[in-house]
Amino acid sequence: MKAKSENVLTGAHYLDGNHASAEGAIAAGCKFFAGYPITPSTEIAERVARRFPLIGGVFIQMEDELASMAAILGAAWGGRKSMSCTSGPGFSLMMENFGLGIMLETPCVLVNVQRGGPSTGLPTLPGQADMMQARWGSHGDYEIIALAPDSPQESFELAIHAFNLSEKYRTPVLVMTDECVGHMTEKVVIPPAEEIDLVERLYTEKPPGEAQPFEWSNYDIPPMLPVGKGYKFHITGLTHDERGYPIINAEAQDENVRRVSDKIKRHTDDIIWLEEKDTDDAEIIMMAYGISSRVMQPAIARAKQDGIKVGQIKMVTVWPFPEKRVRELAGKVKALIMVEMNLGQVYYEMERCAAGKCQTLLVDHAGGTVHNPEVIYNAIKEAAK
Amino acid sequence: MSVEIQQPPTEEHPKEKLLRMDRIPHIWCPTCGLGTTITAMATALEQLELDLNDVAVVSGIGCTGRVAGYMKLDSFHTTHGRSVPFALGLHIARPDMKTIVFSGDGDLISIGGNHFIHTARRNVDMTVICVNNFIYAMTGGQVAPTTPITARSSTSPYGNYEHPFNLPLLAASSGAVYVARWTALHIRRLTTAIKEAIAKPGFSFVEVIAPCSTLYARLNKLGSGLDLMKFYHDNSVIKHGADLREVDIDFQTKIVVGKFVDIEKPTYIECLNEGNKRVFGDKYKPYGVDHGDS
Ligand SMILES: Cc1ncc(C[n+]2csc(CCOP(=O)(O)OP(=O)(O)O)c2C)c(N)n1
Ligand code: SF4
Ligand SMILES: [Mg+2]
Repeated sequence: MKAKSENVLTGAHYLDGNHASAEGAIAAGCKFFAGYPITPSTEIAERVARRFPLIGGVFIQMEDELASMAAILGAAWGGRKSMSCTSGPGFSLMMENFGLGIMLETPCVLVNVQRGGPSTGLPTLPGQADMMQARWGSHGDYEIIALAPDSPQESFELAIHAFNLSEKYRTPVLVMTDECVGHMTEKVVIPPAEEIDLVERLYTEKPPGEAQPFEWSNYDIPPMLPVGKGYKFHITGLTHDERGYPIINAEAQDENVRRVSDKIKRHTDDIIWLEEKDTDDAEIIMMAYGISSRVMQPAIARAKQDGIKVGQIKMVTVWPFPEKRVRELAGKVKALIMVEMNLGQVYYEMERCAAGKCQTLLVDHAGGTVHNPEVIYNAIKEAAK
Repeated sequence: MSVEIQQPPTEEHPKEKLLRMDRIPHIWCPTCGLGTTITAMATALEQLELDLNDVAVVSGIGCTGRVAGYMKLDSFHTTHGRSVPFALGLHIARPDMKTIVFSGDGDLISIGGNHFIHTARRNVDMTVICVNNFIYAMTGGQVAPTTPITARSSTSPYGNYEHPFNLPLLAASSGAVYVARWTALHIRRLTTAIKEAIAKPGFSFVEVIAPCSTLYARLNKLGSGLDLMKFYHDNSVIKHGADLREVDIDFQTKIVVGKFVDIEKPTYIECLNEGNKRVFGDKYKPYGVDHGDS
């Protein structure tokens, strides 16, 4: 299906990452937004609030982030494409109901414009230190899809992609951007509606009485049941069977939790999106996501001038982690270097997958501003020694 | 000689249309007030003659929270305290449906208290039925924001000393357009209240005082569920339109019941439409009329 023209602001614009995220979501057909103001994410909510009235959407500023996350799940089950945005403190508050979204297999999108943490941290300055919270922040075992845009243009595109993935895999999807991308203004080209492909929600074709809300044995991804159509289905955050009925024992737990995780794991090749450059004959490969993947460019260019063979991987998806690719490359290169604006989070995944087959280095940063390229350059030199 | 085998009677359960019979037996204790409350809700829905496809029930977590699992409706068992905002999202997505929240006093008023007051303030068109058993039952009988002073619970072993909430006053002062309180004994009046609440556009609230025989009654040596029903019989005072400042519930004294509030006020979606219409005029297409696809 294609985007609807009334939702798409086709043309070349000068937008910051947050406004671009909002436009992406609107283009994707988002019609319900529940959120709570928090720097540096608020511009997404503000833009949606301005844009929605004339395109049939409802924006509601909730009493807190707990309510926001719960409300977007309710709206999703009501048939809407729904979303919220937040930053660190709000992200923490959303975690329980984010897990409900995973358990109920509910499509929706949550954008986290990361700032420095922990706690109130650095409200107005960037960080990338919620990456492990994105991976494991809600309790229990689950798989998650998280995207990381590096620019306003990509913020627009990945908002659409996030909605598409959430519908395709019937799961909440995270966009893990940061203050720097959120507040950076650049040219954003919004294509005509007919060039934007959307994935629509898959509903059951079975009649009431025959369909179940989590029909996982007959489908790769269980189709959803619509409300108000006589299915009279039940869903619960308790461990459940295909009927959605609670079953409190170890066997049901094993089946339920594995099914929900496996539906992502089976499709990692489809979900994982890496942009690789010069990785074929590299001796050193730089890995980064979001703003850090741009910040490392001058350092890479300089190292190349020094004659070092440097390749790079920009992780457009951070979760699921590209385990297979990292394992492959670790056997070929001298070093893998992760550049991220935290004290080491995604790095440890890279190190785990490298499994001692090459050097692994972390160029860390506590947040508040982006890396100094000099520090990244020095790390490359060190690894090349 | 031939023996004629008598088939056992195959009479339907009177509420079969509204209950998930494949989930019976339920988990609730004998003489728990939840049985009569869910019956009142089922009867109310029957009497309203609504298309049951257009009714959704949302619960949080607790003994009462399990109600969603037993009603044969589109039904959502969410997280502790978040039934109301989940229901808000569902309602906005499907304003043509009746959205009913059915949950416990701890769920709605303690962990979910903020959502309760804000959703009432916005006058979101939903019905909230709160089963007040004065205790956190599901987790084993801990003190609740509704526990009367001196009543015992597992975490107020020497008697509660905190002021409890007065739920009708809280609901009314937060903006609810319909507020009633009945006990699980007043089945007919409770059914009528639930009917009126569901039919009422806006945020309607029904508090149901119900026995938790296993925990509240036992910890406070009040006898069985039946004894509590007798207590309600002897101590309930019907006072429609009562001054809500005077409907606090003390430990084992009188319980003021009745219909307290029934007023008209534009709902959340009416306000949304009015606000946008004021600014955009005819360019604005009222939300809820055509809530078609996205
Ligand atoms: C976030 C969270 N905190 C605590 C709990 C544990 N818990 C489950 S039900 C409940 C209290 C239920 O009390 P109430 O809402 O009055 O329902 P009742 O069981 O009395 O009907 C608690 C504290 C939980 N499930 N989730
Ligand atoms: S513990 Fe109390 S509230 Fe829960 S089912 Fe038993 S009697 Fe009812
Ligand atoms: Mg209770």
